Amino acid sequence: MAKVVIDNVRKVYPNGTEALSPSSLNIEDGEFIVLVGPSGCGKSTLLRMIAGLEDITEGSISIGERVVNTLDPAERDIAMVFQNYALYPHMSVYKNMAYGLKNRGMPKADIDTAVQKAAKLLHIEEFLNRKPSQLSGGQRQRVAMGRAIVRDPALFLFDEPLSNLDAKLRNQMRIEIRKLQRELGVTSIYVTHDQIEAMTMADRIAVLNTGKIEQIGTPAQIYHTPASIFVASFMGAPPMNILNGHYNGNGGLEIKDLGHVAVDHKLEVTGDIQVGIRPENVEIHRKEEPHTIPIKVDFLEELGAGRLLHTTIGSTPFIAHLDNEHQIDGETVFAHLPAKALHLFDASTGRRV
Amino acid sequence: MSSSDLQAPTGTTITAAGAAAVSKKPFAWRQIVDHVVLIAGSLFMLIPVLMAFMTSSHSDITVHTNGLQMTFGGHLAENYHEAMLVPGGFTKTVDGMRMLMNSFILGIGFSVGKIIISMLAAYAIVYFQFRFATLAFWAIFTTLLLPLEVRILPSYEIVQGMGLVNTYTGLIVPLIASATGTFFFRQFFKSVPNELIEAARIDGAGPVKFFIDILVPLSKTMIAAIFIIMFVFGWNQYLWPTIMTTDESFFTLVRGIKQILNVFIGSQIPEYGQAMALAIVAMVPPVLVVVIFQSWFVKGLVESDK
Repeated sequence: MAKVVIDNVRKVYPNGTEALSPSSLNIEDGEFIVLVGPSGCGKSTLLRMIAGLEDITEGSISIGERVVNTLDPAERDIAMVFQNYALYPHMSVYKNMAYGLKNRGMPKADIDTAVQKAAKLLHIEEFLNRKPSQLSGGQRQRVAMGRAIVRDPALFLFDEPLSNLDAKLRNQMRIEIRKLQRELGVTSIYVTHDQIEAMTMADRIAVLNTGKIEQIGTPAQIYHTPASIFVASFMGAPPMNILNGHYNGNGGLEIKDLGHVAVDHKLEVTGDIQVGIRPENVEIHRKEEPHTIPIKVDFLEELGAGRLLHTTIGSTPFIAHLDNEHQIDGETVFAHLPAKALHLFDASTGRRV
Repeated sequence: MSSSDLQAPTGTTITAAGAAAVSKKPFAWRQIVDHVVLIAGSLFMLIPVLMAFMTSSHSDITVHTNGLQMTFGGHLAENYHEAMLVPGGFTKTVDGMRMLMNSFILGIGFSVGKIIISMLAAYAIVYFQFRFATLAFWAIFTTLLLPLEVRILPSYEIVQGMGLVNTYTGLIVPLIASATGTFFFRQFFKSVPNELIEAARIDGAGPVKFFIDILVPLSKTMIAAIFIIMFVFGWNQYLWPTIMTTDESFFTLVRGIKQILNVFIGSQIPEYGQAMALAIVAMVPPVLVVVIFQSWFVKGLVESDK
């Protein structure tokens, strides 16, 4: 159990590309942090630096009270779960789990106790004598988890551990990993490109883009007050609608192709603005009402729990979420964008205003 | 029950009967041709072996007067006994068992040595980023592509200078550096996923532990494959042992056969029976190695996944 402090860590590869610009992140004891971002955003690089598999170009990482910059991976008191499980194919499940402990010189009896305990926790007792090739993907993932648990580490690292599983199993494992982590209380860092995993599992999320941390916050903070256009459009499915607009300084916000919207608070910037609204916040009416604009229904996407209405405003695709009670007939409906649901971003910097 | 349920089985029977009829109808020329080719090939390979075996059961006089034999003679036990247990050659100190042992020492030393050296070389080339690693690999590769015959004189000079003529060390060591082995292991090591090394690093396995605990067991099938090739290759070495060994007690089987046929003392008939017996004995171990290790090799290929 340990706090993790990532202090201005930077990674530059020998060929000169900067994979991660100086980034800082404080992780509390027992916290479950998810690093999320598109591929190439630096999230895996950061994780691998914490694990000790990559050198740190600048800055420092400490686990517990120790600065681990120059320590070998084995000395950092961490355990890692890999995307393709990275189980030793020639060893039985038992030996896979015991290998790290054996290398530490732990007595055989203690190893056995630890392995049996972890196997019980993960319900893999009956597979202990099998080889990884005789197991299914989900079972292998459990063994990989088991290998991490037996080490009783201060920190768990997960590198996209669920992306090789099918969708159903992924949902199930997601919950299991989270439960297990709560039970064990071990600080965890979890890397994924899947924003649903990030939203559902994390205590706090760090959203990364092009080697920078864009925002750190709880899933609710990230979802409801995204700090930038990138975060707003990356988190959430379907993504937030982004429209172009203009703010003239006196509470008057003009959205391109839509018209005037009143904003209650005064903004610090004037000029070009990007306006975001989540699909579920768009109000759809069948008849024209005050402050609505007519939109043409391109098609409806059935979700079962609701429907998505696809349209375009100007040339920008636009999605609205409809409840099941909401009947739609005809090709034109009337949309209302409530002012308090709007997210406003500076058009030049992409930051929230 | 609907009518479609009832129809299905009937339909199946009809097609099955139809298939049987089709397979009976045209005469299977193709199959016959295939088998003729296979049988001809097998005979081509087996008849010389059979002939050698049959000849080894005849007396030297029969062979000398009537040539190679295709029937079984009465001198089998006698010939094999003489070939294997009665010392022969100029010095009368070396028998077949001794040569068989020498061949085993050469074959196993050669193949095991080659596997160890090439695995270590490949390990260094693949996993350790040292300067000019690629250059080093290609240098090894190109120089060792030269056959032994090209470097046989300098090799002899060196080995002789070290006083290793007529020793097992001199017989084996100069042959064990292997470009092919290094190349195969290099390709194999490159296909081992990186995560495995990283997992091992987190598990506290250093370079030596990783090599012994993970890489060697993973390479089992590769080792089996290379062992087959190298054992047979080492077993059949002729030129190098001929140059390196003047002492008859270091003779290998392959070398010994020739020696027997060469011996003309006075007006004696060459010992054909014994020579054939030795040839048969010399053939058995490589065949066994191939048979045993091939099944292991195939099993490994089927079972393992990295």
